[in-house]
Amino acid sequence: MIDHIGLLPLYLAAGTAVLVLVADLLAGRVAVTLGVGVLGAAATAVGSGIVGAGHSRRSFCVDSGCSWELDDRTTLLAIAIATITALVLLLSAPTLLRGDLPTGEYAFLLAASMTGGVALGGARDLITLIVALETLTLPLYVLVGLRRKSPESAQAAVTFLLTSVAATAVTLLGAALMYAATGQVHFRSLATALDVHGPGRPLAGAGLVLLLVGLAFKVAAVPAHAWAPTTYDGGPLPIAAYLSTASKLGGLVAIVYATVLVGPAWTRVTGPVLGIIAAATLLVGTLVALRQQRMVRLLAWSSVAQAGFMLAPLAAVHVASVAPLVTATLAYALIYVTVELGAFAGVISLRPAGADGGTLDEYAGLGRTAPVRSAAYAFAVVGLAGLPPALAGLFAKVFVIQALVDAKAWFVVAAAALAAVVGLAVYLRAVLPLYRDSSTPAPRTAVSIAVVLTLVTLAAVAAGFAPQLILDLTTF
Amino acid sequence: MMSLLTLLLLIPLAGAIAAALLPDRAGRIVATGAAALTFLLSLPLAASRGSGLWHQVRYDWVPSIGVKFALGVDGISYPLVVLTTLLTLLCCAYTVWRSPEDRPSGAKLAALLLIIEVGLLGVFLSLDLVLFFISFEVVLLPMYAVIAGWGGPDRRRAARKFALYTLFGSVLLLIGVLGIGTSAGSFDMDLLSIEPSLPRSTQIGLFVVLAVAFAVKAPLWPLHTWLPAAHTEAPTVGSVILAGVLLKMGTYGLIRVGLGILPEGAKAVAPVLGVLAVVAIIVGSLVCLAQRELKRLIAYSSVGHMGFVLLGIAAGAASGGFASSTGVQAALLGNIAHGVITGLLFFLAGAIKDRTHTGDLHELGGLRETSPALAGILGFAALASLGLPGLAGFWGEAFAVVAAVQLGGGWLWLAVVAAVGGALTAAYLLRLLRRVTHGPAAPAVTGIPAVTMAEGLAWAPLVLLALAIGLVPALVNGYVLESMPKVIELVAR
Repeated sequence: MIDHIGLLPLYLAAGTAVLVLVADLLAGRVAVTLGVGVLGAAATAVGSGIVGAGHSRRSFCVDSGCSWELDDRTTLLAIAIATITALVLLLSAPTLLRGDLPTGEYAFLLAASMTGGVALGGARDLITLIVALETLTLPLYVLVGLRRKSPESAQAAVTFLLTSVAATAVTLLGAALMYAATGQVHFRSLATALDVHGPGRPLAGAGLVLLLVGLAFKVAAVPAHAWAPTTYDGGPLPIAAYLSTASKLGGLVAIVYATVLVGPAWTRVTGPVLGIIAAATLLVGTLVALRQQRMVRLLAWSSVAQAGFMLAPLAAVHVASVAPLVTATLAYALIYVTVELGAFAGVISLRPAGADGGTLDEYAGLGRTAPVRSAAYAFAVVGLAGLPPALAGLFAKVFVIQALVDAKAWFVVAAAALAAVVGLAVYLRAVLPLYRDSSTPAPRTAVSIAVVLTLVTLAAVAAGFAPQLILDLTTF
Repeated sequence: MMSLLTLLLLIPLAGAIAAALLPDRAGRIVATGAAALTFLLSLPLAASRGSGLWHQVRYDWVPSIGVKFALGVDGISYPLVVLTTLLTLLCCAYTVWRSPEDRPSGAKLAALLLIIEVGLLGVFLSLDLVLFFISFEVVLLPMYAVIAGWGGPDRRRAARKFALYTLFGSVLLLIGVLGIGTSAGSFDMDLLSIEPSLPRSTQIGLFVVLAVAFAVKAPLWPLHTWLPAAHTEAPTVGSVILAGVLLKMGTYGLIRVGLGILPEGAKAVAPVLGVLAVVAIIVGSLVCLAQRELKRLIAYSSVGHMGFVLLGIAAGAASGGFASSTGVQAALLGNIAHGVITGLLFFLAGAIKDRTHTGDLHELGGLRETSPALAGILGFAALASLGLPGLAGFWGEAFAVVAAVQLGGGWLWLAVVAAVGGALTAAYLLRLLRRVTHGPAAPAVTGIPAVTMAEGLAWAPLVLLALAIGLVPALVNGYVLESMPKVIELVAR
């Protein structure tokens, strides 16, 4: 039986994609197309919230489990992805209005990616999960390569595509091995079936680990992290913002599902594997970020390190109860997404329309010529560093470290501590040029970007004063 | 009274926001007004004192991990609270009188000073471990900005060093605090120190982590190297706040969290702490003897003086009997005395450097010929700093040594070495005086402007306090004594 009300978020997201194309065809004006896209994404968020507020709903059920479930996690991810999409569309307005990029395709591809993200949250079998994840990622190859006159853009798209294909192959191999070992694809039945004994056991374990490693690509975790800097820096800035927030959030949720829903029998393997991935990601991301001269590359490497923070609590799944760990991971991710969007909105607002992120030196003195925007940007970056006055970032780190200390996962704690300290040097590098003695003329800011910057900053401030809200959202 | 504690944080915060938004001069005046109001509000806290907490206020903040917004004040924190509000007021007033030249506006500097005050008061008033940690962190970036924005020529490096060292300390603090919280099941500092329930081995582990965290801040040898750099480059007001109250976060944390919540751990680690403290005293003094730069010398003297405070804490932690609590009392007295005296010394060093444009002791000399008032106050501050009986510096250092002697055994040796360090302190401060005030007037000090009224007003409270605490140590100790029994009992157990 199909519960169409439960599928409403998906319909809304897919409908947005179609409507955007129609609007582009009929009106042919950038503002109309974008407006439809933003409204559609907002409707998806609101619709998901309304439907998700009720009891949880299932669809596509067979004996071994359901393929789609609308519960609190699904709702949270759908709202988050839809909101990010709306904000990213707003951030893209100046670039699109300049006519650099084809608006219809741009908005359609983003809405299609949003559909994948919404589907991902409700996926309860391996096939739906992987298809949803690919739907989330696939449009992004094109979006990254959309800056037609820029060779960096093409290079970025190719890097992204090649790494992604390899990662997807690994993910699929993992899923196939698990299916071979158990004959199951639904999470619910896999949870018990994966605990096989006999010759199938190594197959099942290897399958799960391969699945996780493949998924690590989506969050840009070591060892599948190297695509991120090139891709972020080559694509349009709003797409880099989307990649580092929505795409990362989707990958993270997939990893959580794989660890918690698919492999509860294998936490003794997945815990240490995720621990090693998290620790390596934290250290590599932070240390390499120290050397970056280009703004977006620095943010990209730092977002690699941030993925390490998000994965860190999962390293303790085999020693502590799972629910608080997942809460810590998702709470960190929500706060990270907020401040990361703030950082990218800040960068976009401080750069001329259509420009790339530029080098750190190109920001010299903007703190004097554009004090408000610079302050909002600095606030977001300080939030990434996890320090007051951006209390939200501080609480995010507190949640993660608390979960880890509680589970006594000391080696991950050590990596996180080191990354936090060195991270300060990274984030200072990103902020200091703005307050150097120099006066780069500040570009004009579009209203839409100012709106996004304000909204995201207010959200970060609110999360800092009332962190309980974030925990309430991420406790299931 | 409940809201008074909250107001102590809200008023400087509001003042900081206003000062940052207003134009330069108006901003500085508003900031000074906010600082004055905070100072006045901090005084009546002492009106209804008794044993234990005088006032407290608690709200739920993050209930699902048990974090509360809980503030309280008692005899241990009260003197530090007043010292913080007083020094912030003096520093804000100083920015009104003397706006920094060719630098970001003085209003921004005053705003940062107020934010630092929020963090400091948060540390001293906090009753919740997580709130304590957050307040600790609040201070970091504003202080970084003060050094990096208004400091000397090598300010960027000094500021970065300060920030990274401090963050290293506070990450350890976070781990320690969460360790206490998860193993004891509560973040309530008051509750935890009434009944320290953790097993001994856990206490030792956590105390070591926390001791390193606080040692960075205090700073304790060998984690002190950020301090001289930061002090040398920081602007006058930055140095005053840094030496006057910022370092006290470390010692206060050791006493409140270390000794209060982890008495067994503190007792076990005390000998190590004591040895490091004595090494700090000797190293600090020896470096000072060879130091040529005025502000650097005062900075290194802080390492030595804080060594005495830490020796007091170590002795307090180690003393099984502890009935008189000599060590901890000495530490608390030494804390306040050092804050007052070193605050004054940095004001004076700033005044001298502003006038002569050099801090090199070899280029100064004969200050009493050209500016007798400045030389006189410098002499007074140096004498207070070297621990002349009758002035503030004496009690803390003398009784830290007494506390070590009382313990006997190996502590006796520590006491002897610390006493030698005390003698060295006298030697380098007298050398400082000889270099700066005596002898023929050097070219740098000839024709310098006299001490102005504004400067005199900024220094007068500190001069008076140094004298008053020296004559009546009960001013500080009285408050301390009332809340002492609890701590004494705990450590005595």
